[in-house]
This record gives sequence, structure tokens and C-alpha cells, in this order.
Amino acid sequence: MKPYTVAFAGNPNTGKSTLFNLLTGMRQHTGNWAGKTVITAEGTFTHNGKEYRAVDLPGTYSLYSNSADEEAARDYIIFEKPDVTLVVLDATSLERNLNLALQVLEITGRTVICINLIDEARRLGIDIDLKAISARLGVPVTAISARNNTGIKELLNQVERVASGAFAAEPLRIQYSEEIERGIAELLPLVEQSLGADYPARWISLRLLDGDESLLDSLRKASLGIKSTISKEVSGHGATVCH
Amino acid sequence: MEQQSAIKGNSALDSLIASAEKLTSGGIRDDIVGGIYGVSASICREAVTYRDRGKLKSTHKLDQVVTSKIWGFPIMLAILGAVFWITIAGANYPSGWLASLFGYIEGYLTAGFQAVGAPAWLHGVLVLGLYRGTSWVISVMLPPMAIFFPVFALLENFGYLPRVAFNMDRLFKKSGGHGKQALTMSMGFGCNAAAILSTRIIESPRERMLAILTNNFVPCNGRWPTLILLASLFMAGAATTGALKSLTTAGILMGLVLMGIVVTLTVSWIMSKTALRGVPTHYTLELPPYRKPQIWKTILVSSKDKSLNVLTRAIVIAAPAGIATWILGNIAVGGDSILNHMASFFDPFAHLLGLDGYIIMAFILGLPANEIVLPILMMGYMSSGAMVDVDSLGNIKDIFLQHGWTWLTALNMMLFSLLHYPCGTTLVNIYKETKSVKWAVLSAVIPLGIAIAVTYAVAQAAYAFGWV
Repeated sequence: MKPYTVAFAGNPNTGKSTLFNLLTGMRQHTGNWAGKTVITAEGTFTHNGKEYRAVDLPGTYSLYSNSADEEAARDYIIFEKPDVTLVVLDATSLERNLNLALQVLEITGRTVICINLIDEARRLGIDIDLKAISARLGVPVTAISARNNTGIKELLNQVERVASGAFAAEPLRIQYSEEIERGIAELLPLVEQSLGADYPARWISLRLLDGDESLLDSLRKASLGIKSTISKEVSGHGATVCH
Repeated sequence: MEQQSAIKGNSALDSLIASAEKLTSGGIRDDIVGGIYGVSASICREAVTYRDRGKLKSTHKLDQVVTSKIWGFPIMLAILGAVFWITIAGANYPSGWLASLFGYIEGYLTAGFQAVGAPAWLHGVLVLGLYRGTSWVISVMLPPMAIFFPVFALLENFGYLPRVAFNMDRLFKKSGGHGKQALTMSMGFGCNAAAILSTRIIESPRERMLAILTNNFVPCNGRWPTLILLASLFMAGAATTGALKSLTTAGILMGLVLMGIVVTLTVSWIMSKTALRGVPTHYTLELPPYRKPQIWKTILVSSKDKSLNVLTRAIVIAAPAGIATWILGNIAVGGDSILNHMASFFDPFAHLLGLDGYIIMAFILGLPANEIVLPILMMGYMSSGAMVDVDSLGNIKDIFLQHGWTWLTALNMMLFSLLHYPCGTTLVNIYKETKSVKWAVLSAVIPLGIAIAVTYAVAQAAYAFGWV
């Protein structure tokens, strides 16, 4: 059977690569600063006898195509359609981190939210009500500490539920201002008509309203059958990119 | 059919864009972001409780000091200096021990070769070339790397590097670059080739190009050993000993790093006023929370990934290079060895820069990777006659001295190493990232020009004032 694909998304510096390394047994270099993962690394792991292909996306704050990194992450989620997008959040700055999670949810409901650094948050006296967050977001939310290897099994169980389709997500839909919502309502049928059901129509409408040129380029390429140009330097993780 | 549907798809897209443009008055990004932030905030109000807000402020308090206008730079320099000092002071003795150990073993190897009656050339190639060359590389490169890389990794994992970037940010803005160039520069201290890839975090192509062009002005893993060794051997005056010596050496290294940064800023400034004109863009730099590094894991991983990696590459090159240079140094053509002929070809030019032909040759042959420059140089020197028993670091210095080295040779070799073209891998990465032969060539030629100009100026000044 084909392995499930899991894309790792998250803000820079959330321990995303630490989790990736832990699961795949790879030694991608990790460090405490933004912009460490600049290339997409791939690895595999197994859970309950099922194989998963893990793809580490660049750490980004948004999917608004502000940089090559954000475009790469966005294009991967939209065009490669991973079975699960795992959004890794930093428990110690949840509010800022949630912004990216919300943007991912606008694209796909096949999402698991993974709150990392929960040990650090506890140490700082931060209590996080996972159930409440999960109820609002409409997708599974679990807490882990990648570096202490805690909560991983539960996380993988949730990933499995979403990957296999056992979990029916009802992702949160953000209510925007009246002007935007009106625009979306008008564009939505046109988008669905011309792009088909393959793409997240509401999100694309929103991006069109925002005049996202780079997304349009990617869509054009996709309609011409050109594979998106995400750089997959499989051998290029960590020390090996060094000479 | 394919073609037709594609065209239909495209025209449909175009009409979509047209309808989208009609629908908004423009500038709805703020509303979109506002909508998302509002939801995030409301979720957090509901689900996150803080038992003690004071605890959260500790990071903030520390940041107020380490990124303050007054203390930011002094603290940065102090930390940098401390890292160098620990490296130099700590590496001194192990290097000596390793050298004597290898020298001791060499005695037995030689005795063994004599016992079985092996021909002199075989002993020369294997023991004096291969073994001696490789063991020297290990003695001088392993101890400093085994200390420097883990210490640097600990600082990185603690979260200090973004603070460095924060402090440097203003300077980069002033020089016309992007603040994030401070981050990619910091990454260059580890590996320029990787740092070139990391410039992808810079959005504007113009500013990204500045970051790419100037990245190699900070020393990478491959160049640290050269700089550290030469600084420890030559830069601290003969009169000083012990702690003071290590301190002076650390000071010299710090000076070099600062000079690299000054060159980075200057080149950025000049380029942003000429070939890469434009206004710096704004961005937000995140200061991540400090984290207690997992000390043993960090040390183990960085030793394995960096120290051993760099050393392995050096040895892989050093071993065959040891054999090759020994052969070249021992085959005479017209009364002199081939190696000496090659070196004397570069000699006149090299002397203008305060260097010698061997050094230039080592830099040329070292293009694939900077960590092999020093090994190649030492092999060249060793095979060109002067036989020295290697049993201490002092002897290593003797080899340099026998080839007419002075403090100027050492200083200019360090400067050349700091400023010259990046390694082959980095150049390949630059080409891949910019897809432009022009910029890839420029990113080698500009640094080379600067390296030649600076070493020339220093050498001529030293000659003119009679300092050497």
C-alpha cells in the first residue's frame, strides 16, 4: 500500500525539525533560530505497521507568499495534497503560532495540530486547554515535547486517524469583514467552475481578492500540467549541504 | 486536447483575476490579517491561562540587556572572545599530546620499515608522506574543532544567534541590505554553502543577492582551523606565555571576525549604491525564547556532524595529497624538485602579497574545500627538504619558520583565507540559487580582488615601514 504523506508545517523555531528528526531518525541540523530549514527534507517513519512519508516544509509565519519559503510551503500543501498536514506550534507563544494553523485550516481540513515545547510551557506556568482548542479548530490537537520524546504516540495516533479518514474534520472557517465575505461569495462559484473541486475554492477566492500574484503563477503552471517547482533536495539535509 | 484544456484553464484564470480586481477597493490584506489575528486571540483567551506572568518576563529582561544599544555589542564581543579563548587555551595541550603520540608511533613505523628492509622511497611515500601528513592534520585541526564547534552549537541552541542578528540589524539596514542578512551571515560562520541556501528567507531578490555576494566574508568551519592555528602560532608575541598568550590570540581572531563583518557591510553598501540599487524592505525579526540546550546531545551531535565531518574531509584529501606532494617534492627536474618549480612560479606574485608560492598553490588547490588548504600547505613544506621530527606544536612552527615565515606571512595568510573566494560547493550553490553565471563568477572575483588588495596593502605597508 502507498505510504501516507505527512507534511510538517510550522513557524520557524518551533522544534519542527527536532520532531521530524525524532520520527524519521534523520539528523537534520536543528538550531534555535529562524530560517534553519531552508530546503525540504524527506524521510519515512512507521506507526502501527503503516508507513508514512514525512516532508519537512520550511518554517514560515504565513502562507501569503512573502518569500520563496512561504511559496514553497503553500504550493506543497495545495498541489501535492499531503494526506496529513501536521502544524507544529510553539506552546510558549501560542497566539502568534495559531495564525499559521488557521491559514493551513483554510486550505485543508486534513490537519493535525501539534503543540510542541509543552514542557517549556508548563515550566513557565502556562496551562493550555487542548480540548477547547480542538473544539474551536475542528481538528485533532495534541501536545508533545519533541526533545523529551513525550506525547509522540498520541500524536501519531491522531495523524493516523486523519490520514486514514477515520476522523471527519470540520475545520474552523474564519469570518472576515463584510467586504471580503461579499467578494468571496461572488468569486467562489467562478473559482469552483474554472478550477474544479481539486482546490480549496474559498481560500483561493480569498487570495485572489488579495491579488496574490505568486499563487496565480503557481495555478497557471498547475493548469499547464507543470509540476510545482518545490525543491526536493532529499540528500541535501543538514551537514551534507556543507561542503 | 491537453493543450486546449490548458488554454481554457488559463483564460478562465485570467477572467477570474479580472473579476477579483473589480470586487475589492484594494488593500484588504489588513482586514484579512485582522480577521485571522482576531480568531487566534479569541482561541487563546479561551484556552490558555497563565499562572505567573512574571516568569514569562525573564526572557524579556535578558533581552533588554543583550540587545540593548549600550550593552549589545560589548556583550557580543565578550562572548565571541570567550569562545575563542576557550578554544585556544583548551586546544593547546591536546594538540601537543597528539603530536607527540603520532611522533612516537612514527618511530616504531620507521623501525618496522627498516627491520623488513623496505626501500627508502617506500618509507618516504608511506611514512614521511602519507602518515606524517595525515597525523599533522589531525594534531593541529582536531583539538580546536572539538572545542569550538560544540561551544558554538551550545550558544546557537541557547538562542543567542537571533540576538546577534537583532544587534546587527541596524548596521545592515544602514548599508542598504536586509536585516535578515545578519542571520544568513551568522549562519555563514558555520558553513557558507548552507548559508547561501538560507538566503531564501530574504524576500527581495536585490537584498538576497547582497547577502549571497557577501556571505563568505565570515569564516566558515573550513577556515576556522587555519585561522585558529596561525593565530596561536604567530600572533601572540614570543614574550607572552600561558593565559596572556591565549588572550592575545583570541583578541586577534576577534579582530579578524570584526574585519570580515566590516568588509561585509562595506561591500553591501557599495553594491547597494551601484549594481544593486534599492531601498531596504521592512521585516520582523523574531526573538525566540531562550532554551536550555540539551548539553550532552548538542556536544555529541555537533562533534559528529561538524568536527568529525570537517576532519574526515581534510584527511581524505590530506592522505593522497601527502603522497602526491611527497613524490612531487622528491622528483628533481633540472636540479630542483617539481614542487619547488611550481612554487617558484607563483613566488614573485606571492611576495607582493606578503605570502609565498606554496601558500598561493595551497589556496588554488584548496578551491574544492577550505579545510584542505592548510594540509596541502604543510605537505608542500614538509616534502621540500626540511625534515623535522614532529613531536610538538613548536616543531610545526619551526617548519613555517624554515620557509621564511614571519608574523606578516601568517597575518596575510589569515587575511587571504578570510577574504578570498568561497569554496567550490558554495560557488555551485550560488549558481544554483541565482541561476546566473555572472553573479556566481562575481561572487568569486569580488572577494578575490578584495583579498589581493588587502594583503597587498598590508604587505607593502609592512615592507615600507621596515616592520619585517
